[in-house]
Amino acid sequence: MSLAGYAARRLLQMIPIALGVTLLVFFLIHLVPGDPARTMLGTRATPERIALLHEEWGLDEPLPVQYWRFLSRLVHGDLGASLFYSVPAGRLVMERLPVTLWLIGLGTLLSVAIAVPLATLAAAKRDRPTDHVVRAVPLVGLGFPSFWIGIMLLLAFALNSGRAFPVGGYGEGFLGHLHAMFLPALTVALAISPILIRSLRASLLEVLESDYVATARSKGLPERRVLIRHGLRNAVISMVTVLGVNIGFLVGGTLVVEQVFALPGVGQLMINSIFQRDFPVVQAVTLAFTIMVVLVYLTTDIIHAALDPRVRFD
Amino acid sequence: MASVAVSAVEAPVVAEHRGFRQRWYRTPSFVAGASILGAIVVVAILAPVVTWHDPVEQNLVNLLQGPSWSHPLGTDDLGRDIWTRLVYGARTDLRIAVLAVLFPFVLGTTAGLIAGYFGGRTDTVANWLVSVVVAFPFYVLIIALVFALGPGTRNIFIAITIVGWVSYARIVRGEVLVAKRQEYVLAAHAGGLSSARIIGRHLLPNVITQAVVFAMSDIVLVILAIVTLGYLGLGVQPPTPDWGRMIADGQTYLTTHWWLSTIPGIAIVVTALGLSLLADGIADLLRPE
Repeated sequence: MSLAGYAARRLLQMIPIALGVTLLVFFLIHLVPGDPARTMLGTRATPERIALLHEEWGLDEPLPVQYWRFLSRLVHGDLGASLFYSVPAGRLVMERLPVTLWLIGLGTLLSVAIAVPLATLAAAKRDRPTDHVVRAVPLVGLGFPSFWIGIMLLLAFALNSGRAFPVGGYGEGFLGHLHAMFLPALTVALAISPILIRSLRASLLEVLESDYVATARSKGLPERRVLIRHGLRNAVISMVTVLGVNIGFLVGGTLVVEQVFALPGVGQLMINSIFQRDFPVVQAVTLAFTIMVVLVYLTTDIIHAALDPRVRFD
Repeated sequence: MASVAVSAVEAPVVAEHRGFRQRWYRTPSFVAGASILGAIVVVAILAPVVTWHDPVEQNLVNLLQGPSWSHPLGTDDLGRDIWTRLVYGARTDLRIAVLAVLFPFVLGTTAGLIAGYFGGRTDTVANWLVSVVVAFPFYVLIIALVFALGPGTRNIFIAITIVGWVSYARIVRGEVLVAKRQEYVLAAHAGGLSSARIIGRHLLPNVITQAVVFAMSDIVLVILAIVTLGYLGLGVQPPTPDWGRMIADGQTYLTTHWWLSTIPGIAIVVTALGLSLLADGIADLLRPE
């Protein structure tokens, strides 16, 4: 199967999942106990405003009609209006998106910088003390709540004695962003790297035990060359997959980390909107995050298929 | 006659996990994990004995005190004893975590058994549900669900169940697909046993191990989710002590009272380490030789 054919098939497979995702996001409003319009408006509720919301959200229509209206608005990029700011919820999300994308991008880079050397070291020194130490990292590291890692980093590098980094905010200009985002991105990276180290070490070991590596060794290539040229090169493929699979975890992590560092990103928008009972914005953010993750899944699948043609014939 | 046939086909129902009793004390991760977790559970159960303050009683003349004989870890911004709140927080968070793993475990295992056994349309629908839930980032869906349902322990269970069942369903379904083709299941079919009996008596005991092993490591994720919700102010509601909320409350005083946020975090890390070690040990012990 050609790469284009594979990509087309994966896209087709996405359709039922995308429909399911919109269905679940749509149903969120019906999980709200009582009259959702009244609950969301809270103290701001007047009979007129409640009636207006019923009209706008179509709450009095039958469910299939409501879902259809939700879908047709969605295809036009309309995610409803914020109850708090009276602007389109989609616009609020787009305004906050750069901060979150920065955090995801820098976080991914740092996590690769942490995980690749450690996993390579562990795989190269299999069952030796170095390996045991590196293998203990995921065991201990998985239990660290990301928000607490963030607070500890703040304590060590931004407060009191070591004021190397700002306590919060997004900074100005490229270098400013880089400086301000370093600790948050490091938090994201530290939270995800235990998982990456574990998966990457496993796939490196698999590569190192394969026939072509045995061939390379029997040709008398130095171990270093075997590890880097044959082992790591192929392990990059699994790195892409491992990163792709865990992007949901990483993206969810940014939500909490933005809260710790007071970053004006999409995650902070979601939490603030929850406390303002701004339902359309929460819905829009949920959808935005999920679209982001699904696109990453799709991209990693296609990259994987491009790097390793065997995948296309599953 | 029928009963003879039934007992004959049901004879070797469960593959033996040989030597769990003989080997547990020789598995270091199991012993270490069980000791750490055991100690925490004992302290949590004995909370009224090992603490001598009320976890929610405020004492506004004793705000933000350092360690003393009466308050070994000091007091928080409302004058409450930190050691007491830490111990009662263990009670809250551990109890919620265990229940929050149990519901998805039961639901997911059932779904996986049914989808794997019957296949066809049932399986297609189950697979579709799984892929839809998996498409959402874990925390985003949980937070959105808790928001819609409203705060409170019951709704945390519901949210975690809706998100968490998929992993169990996937694992169990995979195991069932393999087990289904094995002779003891084929024999049970040939013996004319009902589907319910084959699923309950033959498949379940053989596929449950993997789900149990996963559940042990899943508790770590669930505890983190609970304290994260608490930290964000969406979890256990004050004044009930919860480690996540304690960290959030302490963050305001980070420059002057660093230990307020640090100590509950250490409690989380140690608890999670105990659980991870125990999960590792149990996985080792249950692995067929």
